[in-house]
Amino acid sequence: MFDEPWQASAFALAVALQDRGVLDRRDFAVALGGELESGHDYWDAWLAALEQLLAEHGLTNPGSLDERTAAWRRAAAATPHGSPVTLDADPQRLRHP
Amino acid sequence: MRAVDARVRALESILVEKGYVDPAALDEIIETYQHRVGPRNGAHVVARAWTDPAYAERLAADATAAVAELGYGGRGGEHLAAVFNSAREHHLVVCTLCSCYPWPVLGLPPVWYKSPAYRSRAVLEPRAVLAEFGTVLDDDVAVRVHDSTSELRYLVVPQRPAGTDDWPADALAAIVSRDSMIGTRLVSV
Repeated sequence: MFDEPWQASAFALAVALQDRGVLDRRDFAVALGGELESGHDYWDAWLAALEQLLAEHGLTNPGSLDERTAAWRRAAAATPHGSPVTLDADPQRLRHP
Repeated sequence: MRAVDARVRALESILVEKGYVDPAALDEIIETYQHRVGPRNGAHVVARAWTDPAYAERLAADATAAVAELGYGGRGGEHLAAVFNSAREHHLVVCTLCSCYPWPVLGLPPVWYKSPAYRSRAVLEPRAVLAEFGTVLDDDVAVRVHDSTSELRYLVVPQRPAGTDDWPADALAAIVSRDSMIGTRLVSV
């Protein structure tokens, strides 16, 4: 059902947020339907719907999400292959605690 | 690390820091849907309905409560409806909007259920879709298409195959496929 780990993570995030009542089930279905309508692959649409609702609710903002994404990529690049990646490995982390 | 992997990790780490999600809950959700919840639950429900007419009546009247009797419920199953195939009627389920599906009894949907082709064609040309699954119905069998939503999700109770009158419920459950409970296939021995 999941081809890649990120799909399982994105699934679990949306479900957990609905469990907690942070996101509404129907809002999520409508957002997912809208993203599928624009022709995205299923899990890309799922992630886009999640990001869209979080931004609409002011729970994340695109700027901080972009910055955090870049931090994960820097951390991964600085981590030896085969070791788990954590944000502590981001070489710029000390300057942006 | 690919952009999409980093993006999801970024979302997760921000949401965890803000206290909106608990990492243990995320692990539990993935474990549940990868390993614990799946169409065997639905097959249990169907086999019970086939062997216990009073249960079948309760399932028809209030599927959510009848499914809960067997210990199934929760996310994606808050409001369930069971539709029963017969010699005159065949039921087919789709979610035209996205991928709404009765998780507690069927687990997560297969890829084809989520595809744009199935979501549009199941309504427009259900018999053609059924034929692609190898399901060819007589012309006098009416096809009823049900659109599952986040509020109401459908489970098909397929017809019990002939020649299984003396089968115990667990043997019956073993022949009930996921697709037969979506309505794209029949159950055969």
